[in-house]
Amino acid sequence: MTNLSRRDLLAATALVIVSETVARAGVVSGQLPWHPDAGSPPEAVRPGAWQFFTEQEAAAVEALADRIIPPDPQTPGGKDAGCAVFIDRQLAGAYGHRQGLYTRGPFVKGIKEQGPQSAQNPAETYRAALAALDRYCKSKEGGKSWIELPGERQDELLHAVESGTVELEGIDTKSFFETLLKDMQEGFFADPIYGGNRDMCAWKMIGFPGARYDYRDWVGRHNERYPYPPVSIAGRPDWTPKKT
Amino acid sequence: MTRKLPKKDVVIVGLGWTGSIMANELTEEGLDVVAIERGPWRNTATDYPPNYVQDELRYRIRHELFLQPEQTTFTFRNKMDQTALPIRSWGAFMPPNGVGGGGVHWNAETWRFLPSDFVLRTHLTQRYGARFLPADMTIQDWGITFDELEPYYDRFEYLCGTSGTAGNLKGKIQEGGNPFEGPRSRPYPNPAQQQPFSHALFAKAARELGYKPFPQPSGNMSQAYTNPLGVRLGPCTYCGFCEWFGCANYSKASPQTTILPVLVRKPNFLVRDQSEVTRINLDSSGKRATGVTFVDTSGTEWEQPADLVILSAYTVFNVQLLLLSGIGKAYDPVANQGVIGRNFTHQTISDVTSFFDPAKFIFNPFIASGSIGMCIDEFNGDNFDHGPHGFVGGGYMGQVQTNGRPIETTPTPPGTPKWGAKWKQAVRESYQSALKPGTGVHGSMYSYRDVYLDLDPTYQDRFKRPLMRITMDFHENELKQNAFLTDKFAEVFQAMGARQVVKEYRKGPYDVTAYQTTHLCGGAVMGTDPKTSAINRYLQSWDVPNLFVMGASGFPQNAGYNPTGTLAALAYWSAEAIRSRYLKNPGPLLHA
Amino acid sequence: MREALRKRAAALAAGAAALALALPLLAANHPGSRENFAIIERGRYLTVAADCAACHTDPHQSTAFAGGRPIETPFGVVLAANITPDRDTGIGGWTDRQFDTAVRQGKLPDGKRLYPAMPYPYYTKMSREDVLAIRAYLNTLPPVHNDVDSNQLPFPFNIRSAMWLWDALYFSPGSFKADPAQSDIWNRGAYLVEGPGHCGACHTPKTFLGGDKTRLQFQGYSIQGWFAPNITNDEAHGLGRWSNADVAEYMKKGHNRIAGASGPMGEEVADSSSQMTEADLNAIATYLKARSGQTLAASSVAVNDPMMVAGAAIYQDLCSACHRGDGHGVPYLIPDLATSSTAASREPTTLIRVVLRGAQTVATKDEPTGPAMPSFGWQLTDAQVAAVATYIRNSWGHAGPVLTEDEVRKARGNLAARND
Repeated sequence: MTNLSRRDLLAATALVIVSETVARAGVVSGQLPWHPDAGSPPEAVRPGAWQFFTEQEAAAVEALADRIIPPDPQTPGGKDAGCAVFIDRQLAGAYGHRQGLYTRGPFVKGIKEQGPQSAQNPAETYRAALAALDRYCKSKEGGKSWIELPGERQDELLHAVESGTVELEGIDTKSFFETLLKDMQEGFFADPIYGGNRDMCAWKMIGFPGARYDYRDWVGRHNERYPYPPVSIAGRPDWTPKKT
Repeated sequence: MTRKLPKKDVVIVGLGWTGSIMANELTEEGLDVVAIERGPWRNTATDYPPNYVQDELRYRIRHELFLQPEQTTFTFRNKMDQTALPIRSWGAFMPPNGVGGGGVHWNAETWRFLPSDFVLRTHLTQRYGARFLPADMTIQDWGITFDELEPYYDRFEYLCGTSGTAGNLKGKIQEGGNPFEGPRSRPYPNPAQQQPFSHALFAKAARELGYKPFPQPSGNMSQAYTNPLGVRLGPCTYCGFCEWFGCANYSKASPQTTILPVLVRKPNFLVRDQSEVTRINLDSSGKRATGVTFVDTSGTEWEQPADLVILSAYTVFNVQLLLLSGIGKAYDPVANQGVIGRNFTHQTISDVTSFFDPAKFIFNPFIASGSIGMCIDEFNGDNFDHGPHGFVGGGYMGQVQTNGRPIETTPTPPGTPKWGAKWKQAVRESYQSALKPGTGVHGSMYSYRDVYLDLDPTYQDRFKRPLMRITMDFHENELKQNAFLTDKFAEVFQAMGARQVVKEYRKGPYDVTAYQTTHLCGGAVMGTDPKTSAINRYLQSWDVPNLFVMGASGFPQNAGYNPTGTLAALAYWSAEAIRSRYLKNPGPLLHA
Repeated sequence: MREALRKRAAALAAGAAALALALPLLAANHPGSRENFAIIERGRYLTVAADCAACHTDPHQSTAFAGGRPIETPFGVVLAANITPDRDTGIGGWTDRQFDTAVRQGKLPDGKRLYPAMPYPYYTKMSREDVLAIRAYLNTLPPVHNDVDSNQLPFPFNIRSAMWLWDALYFSPGSFKADPAQSDIWNRGAYLVEGPGHCGACHTPKTFLGGDKTRLQFQGYSIQGWFAPNITNDEAHGLGRWSNADVAEYMKKGHNRIAGASGPMGEEVADSSSQMTEADLNAIATYLKARSGQTLAASSVAVNDPMMVAGAAIYQDLCSACHRGDGHGVPYLIPDLATSSTAASREPTTLIRVVLRGAQTVATKDEPTGPAMPSFGWQLTDAQVAAVATYIRNSWGHAGPVLTEDEVRKARGNLAARND
């Protein structure tokens, strides 16, 4: 009952990707498509129960994380940085199941230059390799499981795995270790929204400012240390107004 | 059952750089144009905004903006006697996908090839004699000259707002630019970008060594720019998330930031996204294309009839569509006959990682743009006498480090363990004081008889079509070239004062897991003779004159530069031939 | 004597202005004739200037002016009428007088009153000749059979006869009278703004019944989840720091060195003002810029206020890559928050909205880029949105109150119910 508004509810809905009556393919014409709240932002990993690992596997991976990225006085180790959480969520998701990758057979072992040809996905590989690691330890380390070994012994074992002198039964051991290193370091350095790099500890360690997007004032300041703290896609503590 | 859509004047297969250029040019003629794109529509604020695009895991490691191998991939082998296996996850190159194509996630390095690159066989034979070239090297002239292409390079640079310093203005060498470049008709539309510390340091050292360093020509804007179509770009903010990422603040030239806003407004233009073209259809004579067949996301097959077909997909997919559609004779390396799949090339990239004193050098490697960098061109193409060295080809080299993203760019000095406390300490110490240009030596790869594309006998895509098979290995010529260039490159880092310089030579065999560039070239090359080329100098198919094939698939061999400037210039050149000649008299523009 | 001369001069000037404003109707005795190209063309232009299509063309239908588009009001939805010359369902059977009465008096041929969703309180300022020129143009359109039941309002608002009260309160009929003390260009601007342009429909604050608060004319008002900003020459909230040319360019291109139009204003630019003549847009600018407003006042929010501190951090990390640290953006591409009236407007509705949901600016022939603001609603909490909005509204010379988390929470809730 007023002329407060003359335009219709749908007025600004300039979304022109419309499903045609028959073709499911999108059609764009006339104007650039847009709609409110557009985008596919990431969903931050939530703390809580393991999504892929069993408790036992998780303990093993956390122990591995602290050997591969040990804690030191300035920076947390892989465990406290959340690398095991990162790997857990990755294995439960697209990465673990090779979503988007070519997974048709036949699976034939080729040369290294042809890239990985495993029929197994990373989730299956981790499960098998962690089990094999425990079996190996129990048989060769006086019945102890991997997590029960002292840190120095764990390091020795990992060096042996890395150099190929220890083969875990049924596992392409060297290749698994490379995957493990890669995943740990990705977890350590990826945005904290994925569960690792807790409190941006890895970025603080090296001086990487994270998700910042504007260095115009700094590109010409040669050999000066950039002074601002890192930012995650989830922000930084300074974003939240302090209670007065 | 295939359903038929109403006929269009033009159908464009793939809406990346060349498809967008061609669509814009042909709609200007009043033609009714439809572009069919395998991937999704995407644009700045809706698909790669500045509040989540800077996600190294998602875009750099998991490749979100690229073609997913599940949709289709290639098989690969080094030698003809090996069994090719599928590339299950991308490595050496990253096929693009979606509207904008590689133009969305490129670094925007916008080079021109050298005048001699276009007449390569003639030039090298004249200078060194035919016997200087390896017997199985199949390089050839392009059928077009640099001077013919110059106006179209110029158009592309002004479309993009390329930032750079001219080195040769109408034959006059310019201080601060690349003195080896072919004569350009006018300066770059924008001044060069600012250079961060390490890039400036490289330039200083190179100058002291007697080279002529110059800023890499950049499609990242050094200032706000309005292109001739009226589309505006903002200034680059040196965010360090350029290649592999979309640009979130309208400051990198892409089809989205230069052409598409104008193109989509035209009533005679339409995009169908998420639709994969599976075949170019021919009439009963086999000499005329009648349109294309594509499949939408529901799996429904459609026929899109058209008078003119523009094939502007990625290199390998152009070749695949020609083979699957029975256009042109498939290449047979044993008989050395046929053209489709012939003269396939990539690039010969190597790097030098160097370590400086952390107490004296703070590089802030995260401050960078995609095409940042200072380069030298003394060792590119035939800019130097190859006589004493026993190889041909070359490349530009430079401190072109585009990022300090920590998953990718945390180099450690030689001898550092790959894990443990020492690794962690080395990462901490080296991050701010190590340099890793990424594609520091950007070498050419010339063509050979046994490097080619054909259809794989075993592996198939989701439509049960054979995957493309890549047979590729480095040849002695390229490995020698790379050793020579890498040594020269390393000398500059020594001169910059590095404590340690690690040369990472490119070595054989060709490894499909090690990223080089996405510059796959050839397979449907241009030339003067239908026996050795698929398309003529106007990019028109010799066999089907109402089919034009865009892109780097037309390069007879690859030069020591990034290919986008050249393939975009060729698209403008081809569009001009269609507009001024073909439309008036549709048919072959040249007779063999 | 001198007084009499002055009045006489003024009267002459007024006559001249009226002549300039009235169309040169040489064939005025048949204003509705389909034969008169000049009238039809003028009618077409006025149909654009009055933005009839904004309501009477359903964007989801291919037929222009056939009505049916839902018009949102706080009391419910009204459907726009079919104004094609269809005899049964459109206006084909109306006489010119009936058409004129509907447009300028808000009364239908059967005597019922229109809801003021139809902006007759503004159109009443138009001349009869202009209204009949619009009729002449509409008569040239293909008739479309589309029976629209306009009234979708719930009881008691569905009782049209109640509208006499509204009219008595808020409707002052009568054509525009030129002000002889003002220039021709000012008077032309006034005619366009007050009449066909009906700028006040969005930009003038309303009473609870939706009538204009004429005392606050053009000082800005919230509609459809947007704030139509102050368009007086107010430095703090309005067009005070825009030149006349900035205003005209904005209306023509949807963009100028300071701002880009989005939401309902983006539509207005696309459908209406981008198609108007530069002379008319200059006239509108002249009229609007002649209306005085407040000057800039210093912010009273301390820079170390926790909301400002958090807001500055968010601004530096998320906003500066486009809008720059100094707020100035990129001319014609990224809005200048330091100079923009949107950032500083009395109510933060638009600012909160575009931060939460993003916005696309209009693309026009002259400015085809159509840059868009991404959505931050998924990323920022209500308190963080309040902080960054507080920072923007108290930086670079702006002054506004500290926003609260609650205000943002409410705005987020209101927006969630909207699909635009």
